[in-house]
Amino acid sequence: MTATASFKPDVIVIGGGLHGCSAALHLSMRGIRVLVLEKDHVARHASGVNAGGVRQLGRHVAEVPLTVASMALWHGIRDLVDDDCGFESHGQIKVAESEAELATSHDRVAELNALGFTHEEVIGQDELRALVPAIADHCVGALVSRGDGAAIPFRTTFAFRRKAIALGARFQEGGAVTRLSRQGGLWTVETADGARFEAPVVVNAAGAWADRIAAQVGEPVPLEVIAPMLMITARVAPFIKPVVGATGRTLSFKQFPNGTVLIGGGLLGRAVRDENRTELDFSQVSVNARTVWDLFPCMRGATIVRSWAGIEARMPDQIPVIGPSGTEPDLYHSFGFSAHGFQLGPIVGRITADLITGGSTDLPIAPFSIGRFAA
Amino acid sequence: MSAPNPKFDFDFDIAVVGSGPAGLAAAALAASKGASVVLLDEQAEPGGQIYRAVTETPVRDRKVLGPDYWHGAELLGPLRDSGAVHWPGTIVWSVARPREDAADGQRPIQIGLSRNGSAAMLTVRHVILATGALERPFPIPGWTLPGVLGAGAAQVLLKTSGLVPSGATVMAGSGPLLWLLAWQYLQAGARIDAILDTTPKENWRAALPLLPGFLRSPYLGKGMKLMLDVRRKLTVIGNVTALRAEGAIGDEGALKSVVYTRNGTEHRLPADTLLLHHGVVPNLNLANATGCAQRWDEQQRCWRPTTDEWGATSVEGVSLAGDGAGIGGARAAEEAGRLAALDALHRLGRIGREQRDQSAAPVRAALDRALTGRAFLDTLYTPAEAFRAPADDTIVCRCEEITAGAVREAVRLGCSGPNQAKSFLRCGMGPCQGRLCGPTVTEVIAAERGVSPAEVGYYRLRPPVKPITLAELAALPKTDADIDAVFKH
Repeated sequence: MTATASFKPDVIVIGGGLHGCSAALHLSMRGIRVLVLEKDHVARHASGVNAGGVRQLGRHVAEVPLTVASMALWHGIRDLVDDDCGFESHGQIKVAESEAELATSHDRVAELNALGFTHEEVIGQDELRALVPAIADHCVGALVSRGDGAAIPFRTTFAFRRKAIALGARFQEGGAVTRLSRQGGLWTVETADGARFEAPVVVNAAGAWADRIAAQVGEPVPLEVIAPMLMITARVAPFIKPVVGATGRTLSFKQFPNGTVLIGGGLLGRAVRDENRTELDFSQVSVNARTVWDLFPCMRGATIVRSWAGIEARMPDQIPVIGPSGTEPDLYHSFGFSAHGFQLGPIVGRITADLITGGSTDLPIAPFSIGRFAA
Repeated sequence: MSAPNPKFDFDFDIAVVGSGPAGLAAAALAASKGASVVLLDEQAEPGGQIYRAVTETPVRDRKVLGPDYWHGAELLGPLRDSGAVHWPGTIVWSVARPREDAADGQRPIQIGLSRNGSAAMLTVRHVILATGALERPFPIPGWTLPGVLGAGAAQVLLKTSGLVPSGATVMAGSGPLLWLLAWQYLQAGARIDAILDTTPKENWRAALPLLPGFLRSPYLGKGMKLMLDVRRKLTVIGNVTALRAEGAIGDEGALKSVVYTRNGTEHRLPADTLLLHHGVVPNLNLANATGCAQRWDEQQRCWRPTTDEWGATSVEGVSLAGDGAGIGGARAAEEAGRLAALDALHRLGRIGREQRDQSAAPVRAALDRALTGRAFLDTLYTPAEAFRAPADDTIVCRCEEITAGAVREAVRLGCSGPNQAKSFLRCGMGPCQGRLCGPTVTEVIAAERGVSPAEVGYYRLRPPVKPITLAELAALPKTDADIDAVFKH
């Protein structure tokens, strides 16, 4: 597992989150020698502690082709990584609390249908009740994506790592990249523990730290470091299968098979990225709790046993940076997933591998170009 | 409420969390010097675990619980006279020092608490955590069966309700508390069938060089008398190297018997109650969740928050006193509480450095006396590895029913520490937040990797450190009037 002097990688991936591990896996599947450099340990940040939503529902239209392609990989995830990643598909639902909200759901479906996508549908109150018997009476309907679901984030990222290693990838954990330079067609990557690595190609999948890598090659990006918060309850009797969100409020709500309920959706605490630390903002956690109080009356007596936040990168337009560097050859970016990158993990790794091995990809990634931030 | 500050309304100068000996002494001293102090405690009555129910125990025969217990009552008068505000029945679920600097440079400490069924955030300048100790988890096969409990929990039942076990009772383990409880049961006339002593023989060799220190310990005379009393009256079986609890139907149903190994041979004792104990460890959950740095203590084989000689932690404005900062016992905790209070008063500008140091001198001397001989006890009563890192089929995380074998498997898959194991297996993610599995998971991973626990680390814990209801959280008051309604209710 440890990189040794004799190992000469073709590609160095910076960042051992899901996106770095997925790129490593897809490259390894094609016989490319990959070295992943992770400053802490694999899945330490957003990839290990996110809500685990595997969601096509409600995505930015630019992401829709990617999310649909990724979903196909999720439904065969065991074939890809030899582990089911705890993936279960019981759909994702975004409830409408008023007729006005339901109208926006209809508009959304019309917009997607016009683009040729049919994975989102509007359902009325009766079907909502059937799918989510515990939902509050005032909810009038919902937007649903039936093929969606959820997986266990840490287990998923670990499975990608394991499979990549089985195919020959190496992982070096515990040293942050401090310097990136290119000379004579070869990248040199230096880490805080004094190690130096060389490879012809580099992938920047450094998550909330990716702007620092980009800055090294003269392409600064307006990356914001955020800390989305989550909380989890003690076990309650199983009462809900789909993952539920809300149209007019911030919410992600799902019950694990063991009975615990995960509540999140993206309300923010404070991230202290240089200390690998997050601080919770209980006034915001309270807003989240209030939403659950309103939408799931049966949850009012549930006990919250733990809350936390992960460190993530958010771009100003809420969509990621995917694709080649605008300033340097043989450097590819994959970061800034803006708190919804988990579902895209399987496909973006493949896209990155496509770009490196073939120079192009069959999915539309132009909207994600880092060039959109160039001065 | 204290005078308003240009930027923040501080509710109190100092909050003390926990009303055991450290908290009682800290709150009384700080308030007596004029600071506004609130003492927050979960229990209905002050005393912590060691002096649990000291104001109201039904056990009126003073010889049952012994003079060390009744010393706790002496701490209550000074607290009452000090003017400290005591809020019993208050659960502290978060302590945080938000990083963002306020405009005027004041950085308040925010305490999330629940009281009378409502949650609120309290703002103070300084907090002293006096959260005490927890029993070290004692994972053996069958320790989750009804009828198996910690000796500490059993002692709480004795103190609060005068309850002693009925039917066949076996005590097993090592350490002073085990002997104390046996002695208290004897005084109360309870039945104890046997004490299974798991103190490893080889510990004596390591402890012997430390004996001279222990000979000067104030605990020596009392401890020896108590142990001799117990040994004279009870069956004590030494050199026990393995233990398991059996239920009425194999590994289910209520406890039926205790199986122990001595000199390589298994023996079976019928039992209705098995009381397990092999020492206590700092209850560091709140300090850990607050972000206080911690270190592995090889002698006490536990994680403890890093503190200076006043109990100050790595988080400014947060100090620790008592067993929560490292095990020293009740008398040491009391003195540590006073030191933390003096330092807090100094930091708040209420006393000068010189006054702090002068007042601290006799306190420090008393602390040193109380800690004399501790190294000997720590070394002698270090549990055997077989009990710290149990065999594969033993459950280590009771909340999520994760076995030691599952943790070892996770290590083989690449989990290098408790946090990865937690994310991978969910061990330590249940309502107890690792209180019942943290030390064990650390030991199992360290042994499996062949490294020190210092290298594998400990869980990063998160608030709420104690469970609160969704309703309380949803109703978290936002305005000053709402907050007053909670506190004045």
